[in-house]
Amino acid sequence: MSMIEFHGVEKYYGKFHALKDINLTIDRGEVVTVIGPSGSGKSTLLRTINGLEHITEGELIVNDFDLADKHTDMNKIRKNVGMVFQHFNLYANKTVLENITLGPTLVLHRPKDEVQKEAMALLDMVGLVDQAHKFPAALSGGQKQRVAIARSLAMKPRAILFDEPTSALDPEMIGDVLDVMQKIAKQGMTMVVVTHEMGFAQRVGDRIVFMADGQILEDSRDVKGFFEHPQEPRAQEFISKIFNH
Amino acid sequence: MFSIITDHWATLCAGLGYTLMASLIALVGSLVIGTAFALMEISHRKWVRLIGRAYVELIRNIPLLVITMAFFVIVPMFIVKVDGFTAGTIGLTIYTSAFIAETVRAGIESVAVGQMEGARSVGMSYTQAMVHIVFPQAIKIVIPPLGNQFINLVKNSSVLAFVAGFDLMYQAKIIANLTFDTFDTYLAVGVFYLVLTMPLSYLMRYLEKKWVTA
Repeated sequence: MSMIEFHGVEKYYGKFHALKDINLTIDRGEVVTVIGPSGSGKSTLLRTINGLEHITEGELIVNDFDLADKHTDMNKIRKNVGMVFQHFNLYANKTVLENITLGPTLVLHRPKDEVQKEAMALLDMVGLVDQAHKFPAALSGGQKQRVAIARSLAMKPRAILFDEPTSALDPEMIGDVLDVMQKIAKQGMTMVVVTHEMGFAQRVGDRIVFMADGQILEDSRDVKGFFEHPQEPRAQEFISKIFNH
Repeated sequence: MFSIITDHWATLCAGLGYTLMASLIALVGSLVIGTAFALMEISHRKWVRLIGRAYVELIRNIPLLVITMAFFVIVPMFIVKVDGFTAGTIGLTIYTSAFIAETVRAGIESVAVGQMEGARSVGMSYTQAMVHIVFPQAIKIVIPPLGNQFINLVKNSSVLAFVAGFDLMYQAKIIANLTFDTFDTYLAVGVFYLVLTMPLSYLMRYLEKKWVTA
């Protein structure tokens, strides 16, 4: 069963061709890592999946919703597809606990006490129960990102998109965040992860997508094989640059 | 100066009352209208943005007196006869709303884009995201400049004097003409304005302390 389907998707920013003929089908439960040089369209690709960016042409089906159709209610898609951002985007005016409970109570109209109990369980999973009543400004980057992951999990989404979740973190914080992501992957969550963490891509990813210049140049379910023998010259160059310094 | 205040106490108090009333009405009115136009200015629809922009640019670049005169002279010619107080208060409201629109827009835009995206990413509607996430943060940023606008508004209410709006400035003119003591009269009126603006100033400071540091 497919969760996300791109068919001939094109995306332009004015004259800039950001996504070129994207064809990609992601199954339920699959963990896909998307890698590639800066400006290759990875983040744009990810942001189209929950409608933060609109596609210019082609077909994009997410959780059986047609995103190219203007009448599709984006909020319905976003309820089912979580997103974790590079810069966390936690609500600065809400406590950690409120950050997690606001979505389920406001959007899913679920009872507050029930949601709060679940939120505390999620905070326990990401190791931050003691931070529940602090404001985001009082947390470290790694803690913020784990709260952001808990926030998206609280919506019980069908899939979670990760937009360079560790790129803004101090090196010693990265491990904690990746551990949480691995836990979620093991629970069978559909995940699309734009990342520069090649170790994570190899250990956790079921599949790797390499992008450059707005195109998908490689798409492989043999992740190890990809890193050992990239087919495309651009991918070979990228891999060698990453591992040879 | 004291004899002016004691001799014309009732007149000055009446003026104070009209100034206070015009200011309060204009404050609430311009805040509502200004916020509405601020939202139009950041709309996703181009024509809505354009209307918002046009309103702000037009209104804030015309002198307050001209806007007020327009309501006092032109509106009665075509639509309905309005007294000086009404025309002055409407003029003041419209004029101030353009500045408040700019202030509120700047406040909303200074809240990082990520806050809106974070809210939208869990399925909140634009309105929900605005109400629960963006506005509460914007208000903290907007309080100090908004305080400036409100104090300006109270002082600008003196425009009512030109259209016979019975406000403090209007009463001052009458007292000055009566007593020929122009200096003391306007000194007294200055004190009466301070009675209005100083508490407002302190109120804004208090709100700033309470909300901005929270």
